[in-house]
Amino acid sequence: MAVGFVPLNTAAQLPHFARLSSRTGLAAFGVAVLVIFVVFPVCNLVLPAGSTFHISDYWVTLLGKIMCYAIVALAMDLIWGYTGILSLGHGLFFALGGYAMGMYLMRSIGREGVYQSELPDFMVFLDWKAYPWYWRFTDHFWYAALLVVLVPGVLAFVFGFFAFRSRIKGVYFSIITQALTYAAMLLFFRNDTGFGGNNGFTDFKRILGFPITAPSTRMALFVITGAALLGFLLLGRAIVRSKLGRVLTAIRDAETRVMFSGYNPVYFKLFIWTLSAVICGIAGALYVPQVGIINPSEMSPANSIEIAIWTAVGGRGTLVGPVIGAAVVNLGKSWFTQTLPEYWLFALGLLFILVTLFLPRGIAGLWKRRGS
Amino acid sequence: MDRMAAVLRGLAVLLALFWAMPASAVIAPDTIRDLAFGEGDARGKAIATLVASGDPGALSLLQALLAGDIKTVGDDKVLLVKGDEATELLTGKAVKPVPEEAEDLSVNNRMRRELGTAIAALKLSAADRTTRLAAVKELQNGADEDTLPAISAALAKEADPEVKGLLALTQASVQLASGDKATRLAAVKALALSDSGTVKTLLLAVLEKKGGQFVEADEEVRAEAERSLKAVESRLYTGDLMARVFSGISLGTILLLAALGLAITYGLMGVINMAHGELIMIGAYATYVVQNVFRQYFPGAFDAYLVCAIPVAFAVSAVVGMILERTVIRWLYGRPLETLLATWGLSLILIQAVRTIFGAQNVQVENPSWMSGGVEIMTNVVLPWSRIAIIAFSAVVLTLMWLLLTRTRLGLFVRAVTQNRAMASSLGVRTARVDMLAFGLGSGVAGLAGCALSQIGNVGPDLGQSYIVDSFMVVVLGGVGQLAGTVYAALGLGIANKFLEAWQGAVLAKIAVLVFIIIFIQKRPQGMFALKGRTVEA
Repeated sequence: MAVGFVPLNTAAQLPHFARLSSRTGLAAFGVAVLVIFVVFPVCNLVLPAGSTFHISDYWVTLLGKIMCYAIVALAMDLIWGYTGILSLGHGLFFALGGYAMGMYLMRSIGREGVYQSELPDFMVFLDWKAYPWYWRFTDHFWYAALLVVLVPGVLAFVFGFFAFRSRIKGVYFSIITQALTYAAMLLFFRNDTGFGGNNGFTDFKRILGFPITAPSTRMALFVITGAALLGFLLLGRAIVRSKLGRVLTAIRDAETRVMFSGYNPVYFKLFIWTLSAVICGIAGALYVPQVGIINPSEMSPANSIEIAIWTAVGGRGTLVGPVIGAAVVNLGKSWFTQTLPEYWLFALGLLFILVTLFLPRGIAGLWKRRGS
Repeated sequence: MDRMAAVLRGLAVLLALFWAMPASAVIAPDTIRDLAFGEGDARGKAIATLVASGDPGALSLLQALLAGDIKTVGDDKVLLVKGDEATELLTGKAVKPVPEEAEDLSVNNRMRRELGTAIAALKLSAADRTTRLAAVKELQNGADEDTLPAISAALAKEADPEVKGLLALTQASVQLASGDKATRLAAVKALALSDSGTVKTLLLAVLEKKGGQFVEADEEVRAEAERSLKAVESRLYTGDLMARVFSGISLGTILLLAALGLAITYGLMGVINMAHGELIMIGAYATYVVQNVFRQYFPGAFDAYLVCAIPVAFAVSAVVGMILERTVIRWLYGRPLETLLATWGLSLILIQAVRTIFGAQNVQVENPSWMSGGVEIMTNVVLPWSRIAIIAFSAVVLTLMWLLLTRTRLGLFVRAVTQNRAMASSLGVRTARVDMLAFGLGSGVAGLAGCALSQIGNVGPDLGQSYIVDSFMVVVLGGVGQLAGTVYAALGLGIANKFLEAWQGAVLAKIAVLVFIIIFIQKRPQGMFALKGRTVEA
């Protein structure tokens, strides 16, 4: 490590439970594993609907969705919380992953659409005779899975390469990423783009041959999502604790100093940026079969900026924080939109303001304050 | 010259024909009977006879027919109904009350079309210039051989150059189908003066080939048509170009208005105000409220409401902006990313507040009457007054803002605080107050933008959202810290957008512009006009 480099804000400053090495951290991880892999499957599938401990399909879907969001928040945290780059375009990577999976799901509908055609309904509607070239091979799951990783990854790599190389940072970077997702949204809204326009993809029937609405399929998706979330938490921990993670934190705190110490920040930033986009894409791919729809509104700038607030609410620069933030905000959202739909935007708006003004370290920061 | 003479001679012949026709004072009963009881063709013929007669009663008769005031009783009586009275047209007897068995004359679409053309042809002799102009415009698409005599007659009498020009074109387009070569040739030549798309289609039809044979057998006429077509096409192209440049400038000034406020709050103060779009929206709603107040209390002065709405929109947005600055934004100076998130929260709250107060639907903001209509430069190029007014308005706002920033004490303070806050403060400038006023100014200009936008687009709670990305693009592209960059960027983006739009459609144009900006920022991260500095952390 270069002389004069001061490690800033590392794990030493994190709240107790956020450190997986601590006993509480390990215990929390163990509980999460137990809940996701044992409690939910048993309570949802084995226990009868009348039982006190039965977990309804509604909760399975809702929590599955929230875990996808938590993965996105985690990806956002890697790039924003640890590296200091605020992306307002992460919704784009999420949606691209979702669309890649959606293409496979659309093709596995087969001839069961409204028009009984080999092509998806929206293509029949547009009077298209064949799949456009970019739909090739999407009937193979492995190819769709490859796209889930490659499309967001390559886009992020190319975009990031040019952006970081010309040293665009701070607010400029945020605004450009916002423009990027906005442009993509406009593109996907067009019917001619070949992704279903306004309506996007929906009415999926099956995934890998399993009926997509069956409780067991849903539970499988839930468990896979949970496994992905835990896996990405561990990956995040490995990165943050490595030398690479330290350089990233240093870039956040004093990029020029890192540069003058002999590191080239471009490649560090590019790595974490691309990784973050890929994680987002995977989250999107897990999200679409559970929610059953993907449309261009997922790319709206508002959605991407909401991802930032999940991370901020939970606590930037911690790994558990974004997961908590995504859960809290989205549980709040589903509660509000059911009981007080009028007031959800007020609540969300206030959350943005209050968290930035009074809770810059987020919920995870509360523990730390109490602990010290 | 001899061509001209040929045209004149043709006209003279037609004119003579027209005058030779017997002008009957009373409409022939046969005609009326055909009109009321005849089949499609007989009716068409009757209408043509009426037009050719030029009878003053013909116009009112046809209008009554179109309005459904002509009824029949049995198969021999035709009634003109007026309220609860009626006149028997064949005998001239008054009938009161209207017999119950009177049946409506069915007017089918074909007849409706023929009636429209016939009425327009008859209106050509109206005393009022506007009526004649409207009539000839209607005739441009519907004239045929039957209306030709009426057109030619009107052409001979017409003194107004505009109406006369249009009449000549209409006449020529009908004469294209004439059997006489000289008439066709004259018509083709006359059409060269046109700038309308219909004429282009007409001329193309002349040049068309059907089954290996030209539609127009005569080579001379074809050559002339070719020449006329070129003239018309080049004029159409010019018109198209002018229209596109105009709409580009118009879009540019709209972007400029939307971005000017941002040029102060972001460009000068460095505050990322994501609620800027909502300040625009508030200005538009303020205009809406002022409009309603005028409609309710001063309906006589309704046309003046906009003049009153301008200062109100400015004041409301400025006050809201200053409140935001004092309560939220000032705590976040120097933390741009946090400012971005907090102001996004503010924008959500403002949107929901407006939704709660005014409803989620768009509200109606009506243009004052002096803003409707436009300047017609060519047949296909109409510049709406509302757009022209907005161009002028944004020029005024820009000038005022420039004067304010460069010639007033407040402007001096704003620039001083921007350049060196600590130094300005130690020299006695109350920086907090300057911050508030500058933010208020930027917000007020956003309100002005909202007032202008309410005149040309929908006013709804989401109005601001559609402008926020665009206005940030303008400021980012123009470069931070001065107005000139904003002006160039706004106009450039506006015109580029419109030209790309004509080429590839609206959505792809927008995407192309965004991609261009993203690439441009790579090359010049500081925008077109960068302030020079020596720091690493530019």
